[in-house]
Amino acid sequence: MKTNRLILSLQLIFTLAVCAFMVLPVIMSALAGITVNYFIGLESGLTLRWIVEVWEGYGDTIFRSIGISLACLALTLVLGVPAAYVLARHQNRITRVFEEMLMLPVAVPGLATALALISVFGGMGGFRTSWLFILVGHVLFTLPFMVRAVLSVLLALDLRTLEEGAKSLGASFLQRFFHVILPNCRDGILAGALMVLTLSIGEFNLTWLLHTPHTKTLPVGLADAYASMRLEVGSAYTLIFFLMIVPLLLAMQALARPRRRKFIADDEPAHDLVLLKS
Amino acid sequence: MIYLLLIPTLLFFAVFFILPMVRLFFVGGSGSLGWSAYGEALTNPVYVESMVATLAVALATTVATLVISGISGFFLQRHRFPGRRLLVSMLTLPLAFPGVVVGFMVIMLAGRQGLIGQATQALGAGKLVFAYSLAGLLLGYIYFSIPRTILTIMAATDKLDPKLEEAARSLGASNYRVMRDVILPALKPAFISSGAICFATAVSAFGTAFTLAARINVMPMVIYTEFTMSANIAMAAALSFVLGTVTWLVLALARSASGATVAAAG
Repeated sequence: MKTNRLILSLQLIFTLAVCAFMVLPVIMSALAGITVNYFIGLESGLTLRWIVEVWEGYGDTIFRSIGISLACLALTLVLGVPAAYVLARHQNRITRVFEEMLMLPVAVPGLATALALISVFGGMGGFRTSWLFILVGHVLFTLPFMVRAVLSVLLALDLRTLEEGAKSLGASFLQRFFHVILPNCRDGILAGALMVLTLSIGEFNLTWLLHTPHTKTLPVGLADAYASMRLEVGSAYTLIFFLMIVPLLLAMQALARPRRRKFIADDEPAHDLVLLKS
Repeated sequence: MIYLLLIPTLLFFAVFFILPMVRLFFVGGSGSLGWSAYGEALTNPVYVESMVATLAVALATTVATLVISGISGFFLQRHRFPGRRLLVSMLTLPLAFPGVVVGFMVIMLAGRQGLIGQATQALGAGKLVFAYSLAGLLLGYIYFSIPRTILTIMAATDKLDPKLEEAARSLGASNYRVMRDVILPALKPAFISSGAICFATAVSAFGTAFTLAARINVMPMVIYTEFTMSANIAMAAALSFVLGTVTWLVLALARSASGATVAAAG
């Protein structure tokens, strides 16, 4: 019994140490962003000066990132939800190949995808220099997350019975899709949407090569600030990024908690979180 | 008829992914070296060395992350105590931090003004600074991989059948034997699938290395340098293909090793 206790406390101490490793740098960077002089420390006083400086210098990147992530969400919804529905209805060779294809942009390094896009569209001036070029990259990268989130909920439903029920009452395909299927996979769509927004706002691997001086996104601005501005400015910028992304992450955590089981038999929301790749 | 719903996505992928990838493959063979650029990517000592360093960092990341997340994930799923939910939240919050931000977190910990340096200095051991090296990159990749791996381990632990452990115990198995012969084998698919993702991420990620230093010679940095500094887009393309193949292979192998579980994971 005694050794059990010891092992348990060691595990707890270990876990607390891991927590410290994860959280301390976040706290330090948040503090650095509102400290007058980080090298002196907190006794130099608190200030919002760095935040203001970031807002003035990089404000446009924040709005551009929000815009791109919303556009990306719209596109992944339009493309991804119907695709997930087909994958849930038919599981055969065609849909397996299709699923494999969807996953490729997550498996292939972002740099490679970006180089490939540039090799084809680099010469198209208008498209190359617009934010739509970045949007295309983000959609490629985030689409599988939307499809998977929706698919996992759809697979847990008894789709066929639901649809046959609706059909026998005279519902057309569109009526069934919008009034039966969509409401039933609301949780999956919500989980996928949060994931797409979070990933798009933070995407760097692709975006760094796809961006132009007039289409900088938030992470591109961050890399720029880390390299060329003082530590406090980089920290303040990071703090702004945290303030944008943490609510999304908290919402995802809340959604991933086991829910009451109604129609849904046995899905694994935690699994969608695991897919992530920066 | 229902397959018509796939057409928009197929078109999008054909135009913006398949076509560009095919083009990139030909670009790889269009430089001054011709098609031997692919051979060069696999045999030139500079690239081989960088590939070895990349794979070594990825392997170390995978092992360290699995050990850390295995211990903490199992512990957190099996025990209920006040503050547990807060711990889980804190451990999984950095889940979607992009590589650049993770790099900055490493600088906060192990950089010139970092916490670790200050601590070692206070202990009189001199300032320990390692953020801008392979060790810093490793720290960053571990930081990046812990949240998602812990989630997978916790989900897998939750699905374990407690009856098996009780049976083993009733047959006189010690804690160690239960761990070695019952729990770890049952968690193996989760370890393989999340390990593969750690590995693939560490091989192909770019943001962390970019933030830490241009001197870190991992593959993504080499590709980036070929593309920007030497404007050698053919070599960059060839190297991208080699790197992409490695990542894809790791994920595919893991998938066949652990069955359907990794299909859902990447």
